[in-house]
Amino acid sequence: MRPWLTGRFGNPSGSHQVARAARTAVDDSRDRLATVVGVDPGGIIFTSGGTEADNLAVLGAAAARPGPVVVSAVEHPAVMEAAFSSGQEVRVAAVDSDGLVDLDGLRRLLDREVTLVSVQLANHETGVIQPLDQIARRVRKFAPDALFHTDAVQAFAWMDLREAAACADLISVSGHKVGGPQGIGALAGRGRPLLRAILYGGGQERELRSGTHNVAGIVGLAAAAEAADAGRAADSIRTRRLRDELATDLRTSIPGCVETASSAVRLPGHIHLRFSGVESEELLVLLDDAGVCASAGAACASGAMEPSPVLLAMGVDKVDALSSLRLTLGWTTTPEDVAFAARVVPAAVQRLRAA
Amino acid sequence: MRVLVAMSGGVDSSAAAALVLAQGHDVVGATMKLWGGPSDTGCCSVADVDDARRVAQQLGIAHHVFNFSEEFERHVVGPYVADHAEWRTPNPCIECNRHLKFDRLLDRADQLGFDAVATGHHAKVKQEPGGEWSLRRGADPAKDQSYVLHILGQAQLARVLLPVGELTKPEVRDLASTLGLRTAAKPDSQDVCFISRQGGRQAFLGDRIGMRKARVVDMSGTEVGELPAVELVTVGQRRGLGSLGPVAETVPGGGRRYVVAVDGPSATVTIGPPAAMMVSEIEVDRAVWVVGAPATDERLVVQMSAHGRPVGATWSDGVVRVEEPVRRVAPGQSVVLYRGDAVVGGALVR
Repeated sequence: MRPWLTGRFGNPSGSHQVARAARTAVDDSRDRLATVVGVDPGGIIFTSGGTEADNLAVLGAAAARPGPVVVSAVEHPAVMEAAFSSGQEVRVAAVDSDGLVDLDGLRRLLDREVTLVSVQLANHETGVIQPLDQIARRVRKFAPDALFHTDAVQAFAWMDLREAAACADLISVSGHKVGGPQGIGALAGRGRPLLRAILYGGGQERELRSGTHNVAGIVGLAAAAEAADAGRAADSIRTRRLRDELATDLRTSIPGCVETASSAVRLPGHIHLRFSGVESEELLVLLDDAGVCASAGAACASGAMEPSPVLLAMGVDKVDALSSLRLTLGWTTTPEDVAFAARVVPAAVQRLRAA
Repeated sequence: MRVLVAMSGGVDSSAAAALVLAQGHDVVGATMKLWGGPSDTGCCSVADVDDARRVAQQLGIAHHVFNFSEEFERHVVGPYVADHAEWRTPNPCIECNRHLKFDRLLDRADQLGFDAVATGHHAKVKQEPGGEWSLRRGADPAKDQSYVLHILGQAQLARVLLPVGELTKPEVRDLASTLGLRTAAKPDSQDVCFISRQGGRQAFLGDRIGMRKARVVDMSGTEVGELPAVELVTVGQRRGLGSLGPVAETVPGGGRRYVVAVDGPSATVTIGPPAAMMVSEIEVDRAVWVVGAPATDERLVVQMSAHGRPVGATWSDGVVRVEEPVRRVAPGQSVVLYRGDAVVGGALVR
């Protein structure tokens, strides 16, 4: 990324040599990202991040071919809010207590009018992985004209999208979730999905995303995606082992600790726990003091914590939803980090319960 | 000490944070999210939280946002609406202090291992020679907030710091601007925070409770007109009576006229001249005391609104007797008794 941040500031859309160098970097990155995601390079639309990719998929499809938009109840707000802002009818597919889309329920929401179906590959809070193939099969059969979009932002670091998202027409990815920079993402399309732009201007990215390219970000995204792809198998095994160890530790050392969706197929790094009698807001402050960076629920614009819509959709009641904790392990997490969390979290929970 | 500072994003609480930090305490800031959605413009707006966070960053302290909106709804907004539906006029700021700032937030501070909570209120907490805590008027008479804090008892006062109570408002602003805090020139907050300026009380309550037309009678019981909503009429009110026609037609001799009584069940409002407004006894209930109830007939002063004029008074078992007649106070309002500049306690008008 460095050359593009420290002097080579050519606009890839220009025609002189400095611009051509930038254009080459963007196109090389496009090829590399396309290979990792498993689409043609022409299908990659670089965006400002996962949110814009999701918005482009939902709003772009709805504008190109108006009709009902079907989303799962546990989608990221970037999909959910876009759907409800699209001006189209929104049909929300219910999920079971593990957060998996109810396939029969989904089927009843599908018809020929539907313009887009959006179901995430893996959940941003629980890490639960959706059975995308089975969902896609129903979409093809009952809503044959619909585009099938998947938000793979959370999954990208851990899952091979060439297989896991092979059934999707549109795939959202983001830079910082694979160890790349923030502020860059892409919507990867298969074939020539019918979309209308949501940003207008110079017509970059095949007229679907105007605006001067974020060259350094694009290069960073491609490099990070390749690195994640190369290390994925080993990282997944190692992280999953650490995750399971930590989850088991916490479940046994904290009475009344429930692990959300523990029996579902999940990403290797996610642990989502609920503790009765503990408020997440308090737990997070104590953990922050102790040096454990964790999260819980959802934050509104002011930063105040709200009950997670994901948990509510899974049938968790509001009080329990505000007694949760989400720990995520990454490829840089060490056994020492895990051992530290295994000491600090139970101590914090115990302290809050004792007070 | 470890001190949690309640930072609203205003200049007073910004200065409070700076002051406790300068006293050498280990300080963390917290903003309570009490009301409104993500894009509201009233209190606890995103802009206010941003200001609080930015001040915390400037001071180099951690900052958290606590979502107490459910408790605020339950203890402040809900009762505010319910009281109006029963023709009472509550003071929601007092209930917010009672249930949110000095109950919920203090509890949370305890849970998180803080020794004290500091706020930006203009009042003083002192420990008396006998060991008990007292609540005293702030240094700036125009900004004194001891009235809305009268609900603090010993358990709370022992854990509360009010550092700006020693300063006048100009001194607070000077301090904030000397430190370069971005809230230094921010206007003071006013009115009830959860009621928008455009719609006012009428729109807020109109959305939540039914409004009934009020029949208006004069002191002799003769009907003189009507007002749109008995739920919005408050004893002591003078404004908003213009629709009843010229004063002289409703009040003998003309001059001024006030709402003297509101009878909710029959939706009847009685209006009368200033003389009919005056009382020398106020019946109250739900009394709370900073230390303990005063001796019957001890000479105290009573204050009947946040910045009302103090009047000599005595307390006797649910009745405040004033030394000179005072205007009627609406049911649901608080009266606060002082001994010198120290709060003795307060109660709600029946």
